[in-house]
Amino acid sequence: METQKMIVPKTGGGVVGWFTTNLGRLIVSIFVPIVTFIVLWQGFLFLRNSKAPQVVLVFVAIFWGVGGVAVLYAISNWVVEQFPKEWTRRLQPFIFVGPAIAILAWYLFIPVVRSLILSFQNDISTQWVGFANYIYAFTDRVMLEAFRNNLLWMIFGTFFSVAIGLLVAVLADRSRFENIYKAIIFLPMAISFVGAGVIWKFVYAYAGTGVGIQEVGVLNAIVIALGGKAQPWLTLSPWNNFLLIIIMVWLQTGFAMVIISSAIKGIPAELLEAARVDGANEFHVFFSITIPSIAGTLITVTTTIIIFSLKLFDVVRVMTGGNFGTNVIANEFYLERFTYGQAGRASAIAIVLLILTIPVMIYNLRQFQERRAF
Amino acid sequence: MAAKTESFQQQRRISSLLINLTLTIICIIWLIPVIGLLITSFRSSQEIFSTGWWTVFPHPEYVDTRQITVDPSVNLDGNFQVEGITTNFTDLRNGVTLPNGEKLTWYGNKRTRTIDVAELKWVGFSTNMTLKNYSAVLGGKTVTFKDATGRDIETRGPNLGGAFLNSLAVTIPATIIPILIAAFAAYGFAWLNFPGRKLFFIGVVAMLVVPLQIALVPILQDYTRLQLNGTYLAIWLAHTGFGLPLAIYLLFNYISTLPREMLESAFIDGASNFTIFTRLILPLSVPALAAFAILQFLWVWNDYLVALIFLNPQTQVVTMALASLVGERGQDWHLLTAGAFASMIMPLTVFFLLQRYYVRGLMAGSVKG
Repeated sequence: METQKMIVPKTGGGVVGWFTTNLGRLIVSIFVPIVTFIVLWQGFLFLRNSKAPQVVLVFVAIFWGVGGVAVLYAISNWVVEQFPKEWTRRLQPFIFVGPAIAILAWYLFIPVVRSLILSFQNDISTQWVGFANYIYAFTDRVMLEAFRNNLLWMIFGTFFSVAIGLLVAVLADRSRFENIYKAIIFLPMAISFVGAGVIWKFVYAYAGTGVGIQEVGVLNAIVIALGGKAQPWLTLSPWNNFLLIIIMVWLQTGFAMVIISSAIKGIPAELLEAARVDGANEFHVFFSITIPSIAGTLITVTTTIIIFSLKLFDVVRVMTGGNFGTNVIANEFYLERFTYGQAGRASAIAIVLLILTIPVMIYNLRQFQERRAF
Repeated sequence: MAAKTESFQQQRRISSLLINLTLTIICIIWLIPVIGLLITSFRSSQEIFSTGWWTVFPHPEYVDTRQITVDPSVNLDGNFQVEGITTNFTDLRNGVTLPNGEKLTWYGNKRTRTIDVAELKWVGFSTNMTLKNYSAVLGGKTVTFKDATGRDIETRGPNLGGAFLNSLAVTIPATIIPILIAAFAAYGFAWLNFPGRKLFFIGVVAMLVVPLQIALVPILQDYTRLQLNGTYLAIWLAHTGFGLPLAIYLLFNYISTLPREMLESAFIDGASNFTIFTRLILPLSVPALAAFAILQFLWVWNDYLVALIFLNPQTQVVTMALASLVGERGQDWHLLTAGAFASMIMPLTVFFLLQRYYVRGLMAGSVKG
């Protein structure tokens, strides 16, 4: 008790008084962060340059990364708590929100501004070119094809994902094996697009023609069994787009199903019962009660999948690389920037993507506020 | 009345049957691609190239029973008699079916003068399974495999095992770091007072609309200048930046609804903000934290674009390794299928163990595109 009293500074002693009583603290609170920083920096250098076995590096990296962030918070908070009470109260909120704001500024806010600037400059960002990149983005043959394909993705991909998701959600609701069905439809959500790409590449596999060659792809095997001829499916424009869209439907239906399913469970049972007692048949109940009750959810799911298909990249990249008439906007962005080195055009395409997604996102956010998901 | 109830029950039974039938068909369609991949990954390379994966199930198949040698005196250029039918060489090359169901196929070129006779027989389950594809794709050593004709082919195996470790090193911190930062920020926005609080929060939510493509080019420039390219730190921070808006938004929605009295009484007891946060807020927010954690974990583990741009071949993750395998060995199905399935084990495990939280996260996170 007695010792504590000695450390606590007397209030009203003036700035000089505070400094003399707290000199030790001040030195420590400068010294500790510097040591922490040096230790973390050494860790970074070790990870970047070391030739240690990979397993060791991985463990050190995980420990360093997670521990480092926790330590930085603890230390900076500790430093702030060494200050006079009033200062602590003022500064502490920024210890809490500061890192998040800084990272968001660096990774999202400033890049939007920079991309906007880059989009008005030439391929290596040395000259202003006005709207040339945007004119390219909206008129070039390659871009028009990408827009057309994205439109196909948005219409057919979204429609079938939501429709099948709705069908499964409604039917599974009346089955004893609901959870099994739902888990199976949901399963692809856990798989990466690259993994899904391999799965479906194998489904669409084409072995070529020749004596004794057997098709190993399921689709060609089915076609042959039905009396048709094996086809190199992924190179058949424009049908290959639909074959790629099937992959997205396979991946996204689970998402639609889960969200629609929980909305259906939220419909009051009395409402459905009352309609049935009144003699409405199941189709009538579905269209006049179920659908209107979950309309909000249906729209949210639809808009979410529309945004998703707008930004779609991995499936096309892995399956065809955008060749054979399957290019999409996000893949064209990647090609422009990383294959052709056209920073200006790539930035313009990214800005177009942003502008296209904004209205849908705003709508979704509004919906979310009403729903209170947690 | 009794008759009516009976017919009603019967109708119910029929509709239940129809429902289950429809769902079963949809589920089978959904599973076929995965089952094909899984079975193929355990078959030997020679079998993969010569027959479809469905042949491991019982099915009728032509099995060679005997051989006929054609007498040297027979002229092969025209029609000739064999096994009681008249045929010619070209037809025999493509296979001729006899009235008794046997199938004749000419073996090799004309000079062999040999015809294979095959009978349609039922072939049971194939038990010829191997783990060789997995060791080839994970090990990174030199591997040999047989192609359709049984020829040995030797190549350097892809090192998916190393990529797997890299994926862990990328994913674990890239999941925990944004959660930690977002939780601190969410607490700050929900319970602390500071100038510009509302403005900053609106700014955070506004960032939800930014597609990450926008950030890639400028951030890559920064990384090149800072020599961060290809390091783990670079990709952790990138995933943190791209995941933060959603994380803060979701955690804020949760943390701001915690009862005010509880925080106030802790404050009166003399606890500092930091103590309240670590001792009270974090434990109470576990459901929300878990929901976002699974979302982010699967997102990062399955991500391809961000990894492709910020990592290099030394630190490549599973998706990159698999994608380059698709590019370089597009027809080597024994490697591709084993690699693809190996890459799915981790997310599938997490997914099935924590499905409940994942669904909750998805529902809350559907605002993000």
